[in-house]
Amino acid sequence: MRSSKRRSQPATLLRQRLLALFAAGWLALNFPLLAVWDHPVRIGGLPLLPLAVFGGWALLIALAAWIAESGADD
Amino acid sequence: MLSTPLVLAASFAYLLLLFGIAHYADGRGRQGRSLINNAWVYALSIGVYCTAWTYYGSVGRAASSGLWFLPIYLGPTLGMLLAWTVLRKMIRIARRDRITSIADFIASRYGKSRALAALVTLIALVGILPYVALQLKAIASGLALLTGSPGTAGPWWQDSTLYIALLLAGFTIAFGARHLDSSERHEGMVAAIAFESLVKLLAFVAVGVFVCWGMFAGPGEIFTRAADRTDLAPLLGLGGGEHFAAAQWFALTLLAMLSVFLLPRQFQMLVVENTDERHLKRLSWAFPLYLLLINLFVLPIALGGLLHFGSGRANAETFVLSLPLALDSPGLALLAFIGGLSAATGMIIVEAIAVATMVSNDLAMPLLLRAQRGSPRDVSALPLAVRRTVIVALLLLGYLYFRVAGEAYALVSIGLISFAAVAQFAPALFGGMYWKGGTRAGALAGLAAGFALWAWTLLLPSIAKSGWLPAAFLAHGPFGIALLRPEQLFGLAGFDNLTHALLWSLLANAGLYVAVSLARAPTGREAAQALRFVDAMHDAGHDVGHDSGARPVAWRGAGGSDELRALAARFLGVDSARRLLADFARRRGGSPAAPDAELVNQLETQLAGAIGSASARAAVASVVEEETLAPDDVLRMLDETSEVRALNRQLASLDRLKDDFMSSVTHELRTPLTSIRAFAELMRDDPQMDPAQRQHFVDLIVAESERLSRLVNQVLDMAKIESGHAEWRNETIDLAALVAHAVETTAAGFQARGITVTVEAPAQVPALHADRDRILQVLLNLLSNAAKFAPQDGGRVTVRLQADAREARIEVRDNGPGVPPEQQRLVFEKFRQGGDARARPQGTGLGLPISRQIVEHYGGRMWLHSTPGEGACFGFALPWHAEETKP
Repeated sequence: MRSSKRRSQPATLLRQRLLALFAAGWLALNFPLLAVWDHPVRIGGLPLLPLAVFGGWALLIALAAWIAESGADD
Repeated sequence: MLSTPLVLAASFAYLLLLFGIAHYADGRGRQGRSLINNAWVYALSIGVYCTAWTYYGSVGRAASSGLWFLPIYLGPTLGMLLAWTVLRKMIRIARRDRITSIADFIASRYGKSRALAALVTLIALVGILPYVALQLKAIASGLALLTGSPGTAGPWWQDSTLYIALLLAGFTIAFGARHLDSSERHEGMVAAIAFESLVKLLAFVAVGVFVCWGMFAGPGEIFTRAADRTDLAPLLGLGGGEHFAAAQWFALTLLAMLSVFLLPRQFQMLVVENTDERHLKRLSWAFPLYLLLINLFVLPIALGGLLHFGSGRANAETFVLSLPLALDSPGLALLAFIGGLSAATGMIIVEAIAVATMVSNDLAMPLLLRAQRGSPRDVSALPLAVRRTVIVALLLLGYLYFRVAGEAYALVSIGLISFAAVAQFAPALFGGMYWKGGTRAGALAGLAAGFALWAWTLLLPSIAKSGWLPAAFLAHGPFGIALLRPEQLFGLAGFDNLTHALLWSLLANAGLYVAVSLARAPTGREAAQALRFVDAMHDAGHDVGHDSGARPVAWRGAGGSDELRALAARFLGVDSARRLLADFARRRGGSPAAPDAELVNQLETQLAGAIGSASARAAVASVVEEETLAPDDVLRMLDETSEVRALNRQLASLDRLKDDFMSSVTHELRTPLTSIRAFAELMRDDPQMDPAQRQHFVDLIVAESERLSRLVNQVLDMAKIESGHAEWRNETIDLAALVAHAVETTAAGFQARGITVTVEAPAQVPALHADRDRILQVLLNLLSNAAKFAPQDGGRVTVRLQADAREARIEVRDNGPGVPPEQQRLVFEKFRQGGDARARPQGTGLGLPISRQIVEHYGGRMWLHSTPGEGACFGFALPWHAEETKP
């Protein structure tokens, strides 16, 4: 009878955070932001662009892991 | 070089190891100690996304165009961030309806359309078959490179690739098509695939470490040397901001993001084989991490190979094998080959299961069933046999394709072409999950148009480039019509062929899907399925068992239970069918029930697991008389639903009343109990109590106990009357005599308080037909109320009986303090005693409500007239001839 209304909430915190990360990822790993790193510069012998792409990718994964495993439910 | 027997032995030993792992995991699953019910294993098993095309092809792509291999993995990374939203919904829907393939999913959404299921299957088959061939080619060319043999030059029966393909077919049948009900998960297969993902990752990373630190002094040296070479330096950038093909990068990312959900093998692993939707949280970052790790060394290996061999001298796609070989590390080369083998076999196995399920459910079974329509024989073994046949046929066809077209452009470029084919599912699938307006016609139109444009702009050019079609077709268009040139359709130029194809096909697909869907309103069945898909997350079924979730809104059907039993036996086998029906009857708590909509629905769901939802729909429809739903029916159903809602609201308010009543009852019971206990404790604690005092306490205890039992009796009485279980012994009664009797009974009480009672009654009143004891109860109640409230010494109570043609009226008037207006309405409610608190201990608060129930039972009414300060007049009227009404 007195079932909780919680279930029908359209967007929960976890889902909103992941959606926001999704949007941020699209922007960061696409034109034009990607072109920002496109210079023939090397850091510690490693070229800037691949370093930036893999770095951004790793950051995205780390954030996703942090958000998904932080215990927020639903 | 390695010896051929050694490489073959290692390959077959590896495949046998896979059999062992799968067998072990299957056993564990049967014991209930599942290996695959684990978020890490689930995430690893999704690594099936990385095929031989990744394993060898990424290096090749990086060697020719630098970072352009990455969008294929960035797309899925982004897609996985949506897993918790999108994938969870897909899993819920699939589990509820026993959906076992992507064709089933889409067909089910649009009213379980067979045409749609067949079209989706066809697209998947055309798109995937060359992809399977590519995997076999990867195995064969790896084998040739490793052993230095000429590869596929020998006759077919000496080709070890054929035997690997057959062994894979065996594995797929043993662990992917053993049960009929494919919504049971394939524990062994999933465990083996997860293991394969691990193997290919470790092998690739091993080669990467070897190239970086074994051949060179670390990645720094590779990149420094590459940057100094004018032919290699461009691979480290994107060609400068202005030359960056932004559209292509975007298109590739989008394409890969869609493919990670839509490839048949991905749907199989992500949705069908999912054991627990909570695993999606781990998946959403662990699988991207897997992709990152397997790509980490792609660029160093590609550049290292180019530096070592010199660009253009060696096939970059095989650097993973040729670099260890060139540096005389045969062990590592063998490991790398096994890694490639695991990438290829994993893809083949899962794709074969997924495509075989689709082909058998949505193409083969409908044709077979049509061919033998009317014959009632048991076909429960048929779906499984068909599925196994399809698996073998698929692998043999893949092998044939590879033998015939092994070196053609059509095969080499097939990876992305396959992606683009399955991307056509996106509008119908995702649109259907989030938009209720999509219709079957819209989905069919969109898919057909998208598929046609895909074939025109991608498939045909790839065939032409292989030399099987005249090249003029590409350059000048068919019959010289330049507007129809496949790679510059309608003059659209400036894009690479993939972006161009994706743009046109998805544009036409999504556009037609929406436009045709909006051309007419969805039918009843479409609307019903739309509701079930779009609102899947709002279902009551929070647990994910298949019984949970909404029943179909629109379903009407009736049929004989014999026909249903025969149908179930035909497809599920006699034993399973009997078990299913008995199970259903037991859950219903009755005998083998008449087939109602729920049984029919359950049977259909069971059949869907075995033969696909579209075929199940058709099979059930063949025995169940089913009327098509007209808009009127839907409206009526909605009406019924709102009626049910109103009833529910009513129930809820009754429920609240009951709760209030219970809390009042407990309160009322506690009051006398507390005093009884208090007095009893006082006497226990003071043995030397004065006898008079003790006697007084005992009297009080007795009085309170009496009140308590009166209260309990009245509560029971009330409950009986309210629930309609009270017994009414109707007889002919003389009301005048009854009034006199009541006054006589209470005379002692009035006398004790010095109250005079006057009775005014006609000599003769008609006889009343009612329960004498009940009417007396009402009278006594009113009289004792009057006795309570009339003032001591000087109180006057008048009882008046009147009779007219219609009814008898009885009034009891006192000259007490009266009832304040705001309380007059309340006195007939339970536990609302009138008067001030001093009078309370004497009553239970149930007398008047019970009286009213009794009066109303006989169709009468009860009232109270009172002016404060001038006394109260309670009265009731009983009709002479009343239909008894339930209170």
